[in-house]
Formats: sequence, C-alpha cells, structure tokens
Amino acid sequence: MKIVMAHGSGGNATRELIKNLFQKYLSNDYLDKMEDSASLPRSEYPLALTTDSFVVTPLEFPGGDIGKLAVCGTVNDLWMAGAEPQYLTAGFILEEGLDLDLLERLICSLSRAAQEAGVKIVAGDTKVVQGNGGLYINTAGLGYRKYYDLLRSDRIKEGDAVIVSGELGNHHACIMSQRMEIVNSIKSDCANLGPMVKGLFEAGINLRLMRDITRGGLGTNLNEIAETMNVMIEIEETRIPIDPEVKSFCDILGLDPLYMANEGKFLCIAPQEQEKEVIYILKKNSLGAKARVIGHVTEQGKYLVTVKTRLGGRRIVDILYGEGLPRIC
Amino acid sequence: MNLNLEKIIKEIKNYAGTNLKIMEVCGTHTASIFKNGIRSFLSPDIKLISGPGCPVCVTPATYIDKAIKLALKPDCILLTFGDMMKVPGFEKSLSEAKADGANIEVMYSPQEVLKKATSNINKTYILACIGFETTIPAYSLLIEELDKNRITNVKFLTALRRVIPALEFICSTDSEIDAFIAPGHVSSILGSEVYGELASKYKKPFAVAGFEAEHILIALYDLLKQKEKCKYEVHNLYPSAVRPEGNITALQHISRYFTPGPAYWRGIGFIEESGLYLKEKYRKYDAGSFDISDESDKLAPKCRCGEVILGKINPDECPMFAKVCTPVKPKGPCMVSTEGTCGIWYRFS
Repeated sequence: MKIVMAHGSGGNATRELIKNLFQKYLSNDYLDKMEDSASLPRSEYPLALTTDSFVVTPLEFPGGDIGKLAVCGTVNDLWMAGAEPQYLTAGFILEEGLDLDLLERLICSLSRAAQEAGVKIVAGDTKVVQGNGGLYINTAGLGYRKYYDLLRSDRIKEGDAVIVSGELGNHHACIMSQRMEIVNSIKSDCANLGPMVKGLFEAGINLRLMRDITRGGLGTNLNEIAETMNVMIEIEETRIPIDPEVKSFCDILGLDPLYMANEGKFLCIAPQEQEKEVIYILKKNSLGAKARVIGHVTEQGKYLVTVKTRLGGRRIVDILYGEGLPRIC
Repeated sequence: MNLNLEKIIKEIKNYAGTNLKIMEVCGTHTASIFKNGIRSFLSPDIKLISGPGCPVCVTPATYIDKAIKLALKPDCILLTFGDMMKVPGFEKSLSEAKADGANIEVMYSPQEVLKKATSNINKTYILACIGFETTIPAYSLLIEELDKNRITNVKFLTALRRVIPALEFICSTDSEIDAFIAPGHVSSILGSEVYGELASKYKKPFAVAGFEAEHILIALYDLLKQKEKCKYEVHNLYPSAVRPEGNITALQHISRYFTPGPAYWRGIGFIEESGLYLKEKYRKYDAGSFDISDESDKLAPKCRCGEVILGKINPDECPMFAKVCTPVKPKGPCMVSTEGTCGIWYRFS
C-alpha cells in the first residue's frame, strides 16, 4: 500500500490514515481530543520554543531514521538552551507513492524517540503532495527553561575548556555512504542528548554555553561562538575524536570531519578547573564515552579559531563556504 | 635518506638563503598544505605557490555555459562531480542552473552512468568530464564499456587537462618559480621520469611527493637541498605509488581513446597540446567539447590569476581580490577552490 493524493484530501482516506497510523502510535490526552489547538497547562517556568524541519534521504539509515531524527533534533535544540523539553508538534508532508509500511515504521520510531525523551506530541498535521515517495517532517518543541540561568556566556574567559561529547562526522558519513551505496559499518550518531546535558546541569558545572554540532560541523560552530563571544579559540587536531572508519571515509572523499554534520553530539565551554569533572560526567553516559577536551579559549577581545596540527603547525579554522554538504539533516 | 622530521622542520623554518618560490602543482597537495598548517613551518624566505593542478579551478566559463545549455534540454541529464557545482560560468554556476530547473545530478563515480543509462534509455546522459591524467583512465574504461554494450545514450563533455604541457608553459613564460613539488596522483600514471626534460631544460628541481604532511615536508627539504647544491634533478619521494615509467597500462588505455589538442585554462589562457579530446573513432560519444574560445576578455578582464599562478604577484595585488572576487562569488580560478592561492589568502588575511 502506498500514499495516494486521496490521503491528503481531508476526507475519509485522511481520517483512516490518521486513525490507523498517527493516532495509533502518538496517542496521548492532548492529541486524542482532536481539537484545532492543544490546550497546555500553565507552567511554573519560563518557556523555550524551537522548530526544525527534517528532509533527510534515505528515510531509514543505520543508527536511525527521519522519525527519530525529527524528535532528537528538536529536543536537543531545547536542551542546548537550558530548557527541558515537554511538548512537540509534528507536521508531516508525505509524497505520493510513500510506502505505508515504511511510514508506519517511521511513526513508530518517532513515537519511541518521543517517549524516551519524555515529550508528548500534542499537535500534528499531515499533507500529501505529488512526488516520489518521500517524506518531510517539521517538529516544533516547547520546553521549560529550568536550567537556562546556568548557562552564562558572559563569563567566558581565557583558559576556558572547549569540550566535545564524542566522535565527529558519523551521521554525515553514514548518510553519504548510504547514498553512494558504499558498504561499511558507519552508523549515524542520531541521539537524544538530554541525559548527558542534564547530568552537567545537575552537577552545577559553571557552563558558559552549549551547542549541538549539526549542519556546518564543529568548525562552523566554533567560528560562530568565537565571533559572538569575541574570543580566540585554539583546538588540537590530535584531540578531536574521530572514528577511524569515518576518518578513512573522509580521506577517500576529500571531506573534513570538522565540517561534517552530526545528530547526537554537542560542544560546551566550561571553566578549565571543571574540565575533568565535565568529562567524568559525560563519560558516565555511553553516548559520551569518547568525550574530550579539544582545546581552550586563548584570548578575549578578538575572534579567530585555529587548530594546532599533528606536527605542530597551526592553521585557521574557517566557516564552511558554499554548500559543501549534501542536505542530510 | 635517513631523515629526522624534527631536523627537517627546523631546517625549513630556519632557512635563510635566497628567496625561494616553490610551486605545489597539485590541488590535493595544496589542500594538505593548508590542512596541516605547513605554511606555519616555513621560513619567511620560502613561499609556496599553488599551481594550476586543480582541474575544477581551471575549467573555462564557456564549458560551464555549454554544460548548462545541455542540462536545460528536456531529454538530457548532466552528471557532474560535486565540486563543479559552484564554478561560475558567464551567467551562472551549475548549482544556480539546477535551481532554475536544469537537469543536473551529482555523481561520485563515472561508472554510475551505466546503470542509469541502461534503465532510462529515453534520456541522454551527459558526463561533465574534467580532470588530469589521474581521472582520465576512469573515463576511458567507461567508453570501453559503452562501446562493448552498445550503449548510445551517454555523451562526454570533456575539459580534460595534461600536466606536462602546463608545467612547460609555466617554466617557459619567465615564471619566478624556483622548484616544483610534482603531483603524486598524476605521477602514479605518468611516472617520475617525465619531469626529467623540464628539470634539465629549465634548471628546476622536482620532487614527486605523497600527500601526508611528512611527505610534503620531506619534498620541501629535498628541494632546498637541491637548490643549495645547484642540482636540477627529479627525485621520486613517493616510490610506494609512483614508478619511474608510470602506469603503462593506464597510459595505453588513455591513448587508445583520447588525443592531445589545445586547451583553454581559466585565467591562464591557451596552452598547446594541454587538453585531451576523444579520438575521431570515438567522437560519437562527444557532447560538443571542441569549440573552445579565448574568454579572457569576457570573463573578468582584470583577473590576474595567471600571474598569481606564475608566482609573479601576490593575490592582493589583483584589483578584483576580495572586492568583486570572493570565495562566495569567485571569478578567477585561484578563488574558485577554497584551496586555491587566492582562496587561502582571503582567509588568512
């Protein structure tokens, strides 16, 4: 069975689709009311709101799928702002020809990811467009800003440690391998960063800021931070965690893991005296097993990101110019 | 050679002889030099100049325009390597043309076209073939397959380039290059002996090098020593991949299908015998690669990339540099690639 234009007509086929698939997997008190808007209870915390769209192909890949990605991506954005995710909305744009069994697997995966992340899908929408069996998902997320005040970017100073939560480039390399039909064992790192991040907040680390390292990669992220905070950052090439298989893949294709997308990694800047504690906390979670201090803030008052190379050379880490990346998240 | 890397780095850093301009011919060397911060190891008296060895950069604007024209035909699909997408034509890049509805797909290997062409016989697939001797055997192998299987809906739009005529051009036009790091991949096809004539004729030392930071540092050290001793030899420092005579099988395969002819290099000009074109017998596979013209006046009359490549001027001496020619909107070949000399200067300055 496949999605046909009738599934988007608003008539019987639409109702059947919603009842048999979306409601079946995403059911909760808010969604089940089938109202035009979800009415949410008053919150004791200030709110954070974010949105993201997911257009990855293939829809399923080693380590995840677009459903899981649509939850993790939005949930991670909330965590990075010190907000504990509570509610999500999900809009699905289905292309004609999309296999219904595949759609069911993806919704099931989305539902599981939402449960694991402790969020409820409280509003949703589906549309059907002409196309070739593709699927796009938009999610918006609402979170309670429980930890927002713990992130103090104004306290960033010389000597602060730059820490990444794990190996870089896996998602990008995985998606490219799938598209190029290259057989390897690289898996996407698509994951909910919540447990790791919460661990840092609860331990009272004096975090300056956090960023999930998605499109544009670490290089682009660090440049944005350096520019906004007006600081110089130096990282060490040998300390950047990269899986050997991903590194070989990059070497063959001329890609630089510094600019490759991730879907389950973040970087944080913390006081140097707390760097060991940060690593200890991150490593308690299996997702943070390869967490490393990769460099430090070296100067304030001007911005630049440099990397000390393996042989002791030094080069500038620039932002990513142009496309560079296929659309993979 | 029993060399200690620390000693090499020290010598390169402390070099205080006459000013040296060393050209790394190959784009992959340029990328590695950039990535490994090799410039930070150099004495101020040594300058690295990036040569014309990035095939994407030297592809003419007329070629891009021609490719776009073909991709706009309803029954044609253009297949290209990803890094060609942002190279500007006279009006637009392939990437912009794709947004305007041109049929353009990014390929990772020319062999991909076989499956596409046989399962979609109503479409003509145009392969945007660029590259030096390293990539050309992949195209000739593909033609062999097409010929064998009588596949007729695949055509080649070529802008293939030969390294030796380009080096001859650089050496013969009063360039200020003192020594060359010869390309590693190209040399694995051509061999190391081919540089011998250039080395002795123009009194320029050559070092064939691999792509790791260590390879490049050793090549630089070798060239310094050769200059010191007034030697003009070709040293193969990449013997694990490069044989003196090259890869005979690949060379024979190339010459079975392709023949040399004049070619226009973006920002540099015409160089005799520097292109490779399909031979008469296989011209049925050509998509119109022959009518190349001098575009130096049309593209960017003030572009001084030719002089940058010859080591005569620094990028910031070009009137367009960082003003109308930037990494986001490149005009000349040295800015097209982020690893081109101008691209690097832009980011370092």
